[in-house]
Amino acid sequence: MDENVILTMRGITKSFPGVLALDNASLKLRKGEIHALMGENGAGKSTLIKVLTGIYPFEGGEIEMEGVEGQAINHSVQEAQERGIATVYQEVNLCPNLSVAENLFIGREPRTKCNTIDWKKMNSSAREIMKNLDIPVDVTMNLENYSVAIQQMVAIARAVDMECRILILDEPTSSLDDNEVEKLFRLMRDLKNKGVAILFVTHFLEQVYAVCDRITVLRNGQFAGEYTVAEMPRVKLVAAMLGKDLDDLASIKAEGSDTVRKDVVVDAKGLSHKGTIKPFDFVIHKGEVVGLTGLLGSGRSEMARCIYGADRAQTGTLTMNGKELKAKAPIDSINAGMGYLPDDRKADGLIGDLSVKENIYLALQARKGMFHPLSPSEQNALADKFIELLQIKTASRETPVNQLSGGNQQKVILARWLATDPELLILDEPTRGIDIGTKTEIQKLILKLAAEGKSVIFISSEIEEMLRTCSRLCVMRDGSKVGELDHDLTQNTVMTAIAGQGKEGEQ
Amino acid sequence: MKNIQKITRMKLFFPLFCLLLVLLINVVKDPGFFQISVKNGVLYGRLIDVLNRGSEVAILAVGQTLVVAVSAGTDISVGSVMSLSACFTTMLLAGYGVNTTTTIVMPMALGLLAGILMGGLCGAFNGALVSKLRIQPMVATLILFTAARAIGLLLCNNQITYIRYEPYKYLGNFIPGCPIPTPIFVTIVVIVIIMLVLKKSALGTFIQSVGINSRAARLLGINSDFLCFLCYVICGLCAGVAGMIASSRIYCADSNNIGLNYEMDAILAVALGGNSLAGGRFNMAGSIIGAYTIQAITTTLLAMGVSTDQAPVVKAIIVILIVVVQSPVFKSWVETKKNRRRAEIKEAV
Amino acid sequence: MKKKKVGLAGNNVLLLITVLLFIGMYVIGCIIYANKGFGHFQTFLNILITNAGLICVACGMTCVMLTGGIDISVGSLIAMDCMILAVAMGRQGLPCIPTVMLVLVIGIVFGLVQGYLVGYLGIQPFIVTMAGMFFGRGMTAVICTDQVSITQQENAMFYSWANAKITLPAFLGYTNNKGKTMVPFIRPTVLIALVVVVAIWFMLKYTKFGRSLYAIGGNEQTARMLGLNVRRTKLLAYVLSSFLCSIGGVLYCLNTMAGSVQQAKGFEMDAIASSVIGGTLLTGGVGNVLGSLVGVLINGTITTLVNSNGKLLSSWANIATAALLCFFIILQSIFAKLKDGRK
Repeated sequence: MDENVILTMRGITKSFPGVLALDNASLKLRKGEIHALMGENGAGKSTLIKVLTGIYPFEGGEIEMEGVEGQAINHSVQEAQERGIATVYQEVNLCPNLSVAENLFIGREPRTKCNTIDWKKMNSSAREIMKNLDIPVDVTMNLENYSVAIQQMVAIARAVDMECRILILDEPTSSLDDNEVEKLFRLMRDLKNKGVAILFVTHFLEQVYAVCDRITVLRNGQFAGEYTVAEMPRVKLVAAMLGKDLDDLASIKAEGSDTVRKDVVVDAKGLSHKGTIKPFDFVIHKGEVVGLTGLLGSGRSEMARCIYGADRAQTGTLTMNGKELKAKAPIDSINAGMGYLPDDRKADGLIGDLSVKENIYLALQARKGMFHPLSPSEQNALADKFIELLQIKTASRETPVNQLSGGNQQKVILARWLATDPELLILDEPTRGIDIGTKTEIQKLILKLAAEGKSVIFISSEIEEMLRTCSRLCVMRDGSKVGELDHDLTQNTVMTAIAGQGKEGEQ
Repeated sequence: MKNIQKITRMKLFFPLFCLLLVLLINVVKDPGFFQISVKNGVLYGRLIDVLNRGSEVAILAVGQTLVVAVSAGTDISVGSVMSLSACFTTMLLAGYGVNTTTTIVMPMALGLLAGILMGGLCGAFNGALVSKLRIQPMVATLILFTAARAIGLLLCNNQITYIRYEPYKYLGNFIPGCPIPTPIFVTIVVIVIIMLVLKKSALGTFIQSVGINSRAARLLGINSDFLCFLCYVICGLCAGVAGMIASSRIYCADSNNIGLNYEMDAILAVALGGNSLAGGRFNMAGSIIGAYTIQAITTTLLAMGVSTDQAPVVKAIIVILIVVVQSPVFKSWVETKKNRRRAEIKEAV
Repeated sequence: MKKKKVGLAGNNVLLLITVLLFIGMYVIGCIIYANKGFGHFQTFLNILITNAGLICVACGMTCVMLTGGIDISVGSLIAMDCMILAVAMGRQGLPCIPTVMLVLVIGIVFGLVQGYLVGYLGIQPFIVTMAGMFFGRGMTAVICTDQVSITQQENAMFYSWANAKITLPAFLGYTNNKGKTMVPFIRPTVLIALVVVVAIWFMLKYTKFGRSLYAIGGNEQTARMLGLNVRRTKLLAYVLSSFLCSIGGVLYCLNTMAGSVQQAKGFEMDAIASSVIGGTLLTGGVGNVLGSLVGVLINGTITTLVNSNGKLLSSWANIATAALLCFFIILQSIFAKLKDGRK
């Protein structure tokens, strides 16, 4: 219907073992527009991009592209490139040890008559490209000498020079400062005026409102809607991303769970970790559940890591039960009574080839020390207790943990920390990728722990979940703590706080 | 059919299978392989020979297994470290620059201990490079692979120091009155110690955790760096012990020949033991069985008239075969083959 | 702008340290061993002559290391090459040129196998080339366990190659204490080695294959995404390394005129050390053969210094090389950490 449509993806379905990553997802791109693709973690944004660029095969749906007969299904990155689809990723996908010019021309270097690389021509063409795009670089310098922003622009320049018609920018701004972001935006607007369709993936709402024309929102692998930026207020966008479909477990929060705040467990003052989280203060009391809320990349996970000592804090002090805790390594925090469930289960949590039993007793063993091993019967008893308590579905306690389903793996890690009987438990996205039943169990467990006098720091992308479990919320935005909410906790207040006031004040 | 599958899936199936295969070949070739006789009050026989000569490899395999498990790399300096430890001990016992001696200038136990500690020191050097500076294990150990022998030569003043002091021969040969070769006892002691440590402490589980996912291991309170360091030290100590035995066998320190090509045997023992050279889960018993398998292969080759210099050809080929079979590319190739066959069967039905 | 400066530092400082180290060592040698003729130009040429083989091998090693791999089979391959040459020409009386060809072909085949295992099957280069190392050494012993030498009677042509002198202008020479002018000379092996250096330098700079080596070392994943054939490039890198190693083997044999099982022991160490000292990063992606050439010269100077002393044991040279390698590895590691910290 639209003359300008260059790409249409309809009803895309893609599943990984045990997970339906994309379920009837759609996307429509038009020439000369900047189109934001939004959604929370696990919404399927990167999967959709990978399907489009030929990294993943997919099961159902169709892709149409202007100028391509029939289905425009790409089988490899090269094929996508030939059709004019270029992608620039968050981690720059160029070779830092080569010069800027080489990075622009690698794999398609200009040749001399003797079929050797024509450096002169390569450098001069590169200089011209950079000049046209107004990127101030010396093309003979190695790429690693330049900031990430420039590197990203070089990647974009490469894509443009290869005559791309669709440019996908996958979270290009997450490591850039404001100035650099502005430069990038200028480049994006230039390209837009030249008729390139840009698909822009980002977590930063402000940026969406600064450059984008249209927004497509994905939720749980499904298409949740396409909007024009002008007609979409911020809060509505956040609501669309997070989804409002309250499940049937409306209120499991016990009455009167507003705990009396005494007995400070952890008191952090001015903690920070260079490059990830700016200095923040944080207090948690006995029996309290505090949520860290904010969009992905807002610093919520980083704050948790900093409190736990997974990233050693460079400034500030942390006192636990009145004693100063200087954690050099996580073991110090564990000994002081902390437990930490990381958000990346696979990379940071599971010891994949080890059994369920071993995964459960490891943290307790680490706390007891290497030379005070738990006896086999203690190990078995511990494992059985938690398999029973958390209803972990496993063939036996000796089953390698990577053979379990995601939800059960998560329970194993939760069991690992419960086994150490921590005073403060930090849970980063404990319910991600888990079925609704297990989610509720975990939420109930959190409340039960709090009732027993334990403190919990809870992070989740789902606001309902936070509202149900937390008595206080810390709001995070752009790597710093921007406020706390402790009464009148509703969807709307939280979402407004997360969305924040726009710089350009469009609301 | 199901029973067979059960057996083949057992952890020790692969190493035991290899060992039996090698033994079988030997028995077919030489029916007298298992014969054990008593000559001059000590035991003789090919089997005893394998157990005796295999001691060094078995001890090295113990250390190497830990290193492979924790760092997904191998310590290729063990052979050279054996040589250095031996040279250090003989230097201490005989005195610097002495060519041949019948008396020793220092209590023997002290000298042996010093040699073993020298091995530990080398291990600490390797461990520091790997765990603190994050240098690829093989590059880090390559330094001592060449340097240790050279240092050994220096300690021995560029000559072969002979210690013709009777008790010094006990360790690598026989203690008077005992019909069983001493190295077998030493190996048993080493194995028992390591097994006890693994059983009575959480070391084994911790090492595997670090080898499988060192980031997660750190987050749950394990000191990954220190464990990695520790494994290299243990490996060095094992090399030291092996060096003592090797030196005592020939009651001298021949810097150029002690421990020659043993790094290969040790790595092969680990691989034959069913352990992945990519680290993680390990099986100590498998490695030890692997070590004796290697020795049986070596003994067989020697009996066939292959010289010690030539034997590595066969071992190199075996190593390559094992790593090829372990490689993900090969595994997925087998998997697709299997699937295709299954599909064909289905179609046929 | 500030970032630029620091970035420049990393790689160039390493190379600068290397060049300064070489000059420093050489000057110290000239001062200490002035009475032994260390300062003569011929001493420098002798370093080139004795290390002609090592130069070739280091070039190949550099190519492999650029991809982030390593090849520790080179020492054994040289021993095997020398043994083949010695047995074929010294014992069997085969003509010279076909034998040399045979050795070069064997090098290529050797490299093909190693390259396939690394590139296409994705096995760690260290394990593959370690097996190659033991295989090569073992095969040497299989061919012959004795020390075999090539003499003039057996192969006059090879002998004449080995003893050919290329004299340089006389003003570079010196007058010895008997009043005779010593004209400086090099051997053809040096020319071959230098041709190899120039050829590899050219290849690394001006061909797609050369640039691909750098790209793979910089980021293998990216190189694949940019459309380079990573597997084939890796395969070729190992073939090149083994081929150059075989050329190096022939040159080495021209120096020693013999084959023995123990020959070229620890040669892989010298080659890797030369490369690393010359500024090649163990992690790949950075380095060039000119640096490696300087690395070889440093290596040669160490040996010459140790030999000039006369009293020192020759194993000191090995220890010094190992220590130097260790020092440079630590330097690289520190630079890498600084770089990470900056980001």
